[in-house]
Amino acid sequence: MPTIVVQRPKLAWHEKIFLSGFLNGMRITLGHAIRTFKTLRGSKTVVTMQYPEQKWDESLPEHYRGAPTLVTDEHGRERCVSCQLCEFICPPKAIKIIPGEIPSDDPWAKVEKRPREFEIDMIRCIYCGMCEEVCPEQAIFLRKDYAITGTSRAEMVHDKEKLYEIGGVRTGLVNKWNDLK
Amino acid sequence: MQSILASFDLPLLIASLIKIVFLVFLVILPMVAYSVYAERRVSAIIQDRVGPNRTGIPLTLLGFKKDIQIFGIGGLLQPMADGLKFILKEDFTPRSVNTFYYWLAPCLTMVPALMTAAVMPFGSELDLSWAGLGAPFKMVIADLNVGPLYMFAISSLGVYGIVLAGWASNSKYPFLGGVRASAQMISYEISLGLSIIPAIMIFGELNLGKMSAYQDANGWLLLPFWGEGLSLSRWVLLIPIVISFVVFSISLFAETNRTPFDLPECETELVAGYHTEYSSMKFALFFLGEYAAMIIGSGLAVTLFFGGWSIPFGPLLSEWTGLQFHYEAGNTPFYTGLLHIGTFFAKIVGCIIFFVWVRWTLPRFRFDQLMKLGWLVFFEVALLNVFLTALLLWLVPLK
Repeated sequence: MPTIVVQRPKLAWHEKIFLSGFLNGMRITLGHAIRTFKTLRGSKTVVTMQYPEQKWDESLPEHYRGAPTLVTDEHGRERCVSCQLCEFICPPKAIKIIPGEIPSDDPWAKVEKRPREFEIDMIRCIYCGMCEEVCPEQAIFLRKDYAITGTSRAEMVHDKEKLYEIGGVRTGLVNKWNDLK
Repeated sequence: MQSILASFDLPLLIASLIKIVFLVFLVILPMVAYSVYAERRVSAIIQDRVGPNRTGIPLTLLGFKKDIQIFGIGGLLQPMADGLKFILKEDFTPRSVNTFYYWLAPCLTMVPALMTAAVMPFGSELDLSWAGLGAPFKMVIADLNVGPLYMFAISSLGVYGIVLAGWASNSKYPFLGGVRASAQMISYEISLGLSIIPAIMIFGELNLGKMSAYQDANGWLLLPFWGEGLSLSRWVLLIPIVISFVVFSISLFAETNRTPFDLPECETELVAGYHTEYSSMKFALFFLGEYAAMIIGSGLAVTLFFGGWSIPFGPLLSEWTGLQFHYEAGNTPFYTGLLHIGTFFAKIVGCIIFFVWVRWTLPRFRFDQLMKLGWLVFFEVALLNVFLTALLLWLVPLK
């Protein structure tokens, strides 16, 4: 391929002293300003979403990583068996589990363990999703809740009850504890 | 003792005090606050954003249907919220700073900027005879005969604030910012000073109030459409005046550290330049000083080139409508006095909007380009312009 010599463009005097560039720039910014101002006057915005009034909840993708939660299965069984893998993998150490034994008269006695206490400190949580990835029982999921607020540090710690409340029920995926058919 | 007391002109003192309070606390400081708001809103609409639109006057809490909005745009209380935030923030002083100069620097930026307001004629006269006060009051705090000289003398002190801030912070980014600022402000003061000499030659006057009065009667320097402004001489003199206006306004951008010449604080290179180590109210003082300097600078530009407080086509409007829109020494009605004050500040607001508009259009100059432009272009142009004006005044004399 032959060499292409790119000629420097010959600039007119007004281009050399940036006059036409300056005027063009001013024209463009003014155009944007007037256009945006007109749309703002009707308090409708084209690009910006007026957050507390308008929310993007409907358009959140399925894989959205919001608050981590615990789920129960279709039988109402706590899926978590408190193996503590999530506690150990959690990079900011936001998860705290105290395992508990399932009493032998319980219908799910064969599962043997479930968490006595399960706390996620939402101030520490970085929403990385490693807990969800590492869980062998598919018990912890990141849901779509993103506006986690509280007025004190204590309020920002989600306990077991709260986690199951946000998490809800998930069906399928894990069948190993079900009765043999 | 008695004679000293008797030598005080008490009415003058009281009138000056009222004028100072009005100009500084009721006009310039709120104007500074709202120019920050304007900066944020205008930059937002230029970039297709919304800007601060939430902090409103909450009339809905008092049972009204809507909060106060201008042109359907809210957020009018944002400056108050910003001010409150500045007061409540932690005032952090790093351990390595030179405390005395560190504290002195913000004051040295703020005080000169406000002091220059003393000679700014912000209105013609206010005739208060209906309130039982005899002679009309001149709407200028100090009616000095060396207005522009005083302004340059005081405003060049502003560079000390920046240099001291850069040096006392004992940190590299403020230091670089301070060094750049001192070089830049000292260089551009020359072209700033030289560029207004043609205007002063045409006025034959160093009193800013009389300059405004002359332009009121004879057409603005850049708009010579009435009175003597229609003479051939004034139209020929438009050439040097346009040159000096361009040089003056560009030097003003450099002098007030605005983009495209904001090298002392350029965020992308120097964190925040000379005020990197400052927080809370000390930072706010830098901020205020900067915007106050902008307002005073636009005030000077307006007074020299756009007729100060004079209403455009004032004498012609008076002829057509029968009401008096022009200034007549000692015989200006009260409403015209008020209109003149309003006109002056409207012109300043226009200048501020222009400042903001330019800031969000142009990229920053490189430091060597800045110095080259100041020393190799503007200095010479302004100097030659003085001679050109002299030549033209000799060829086609005024009057």
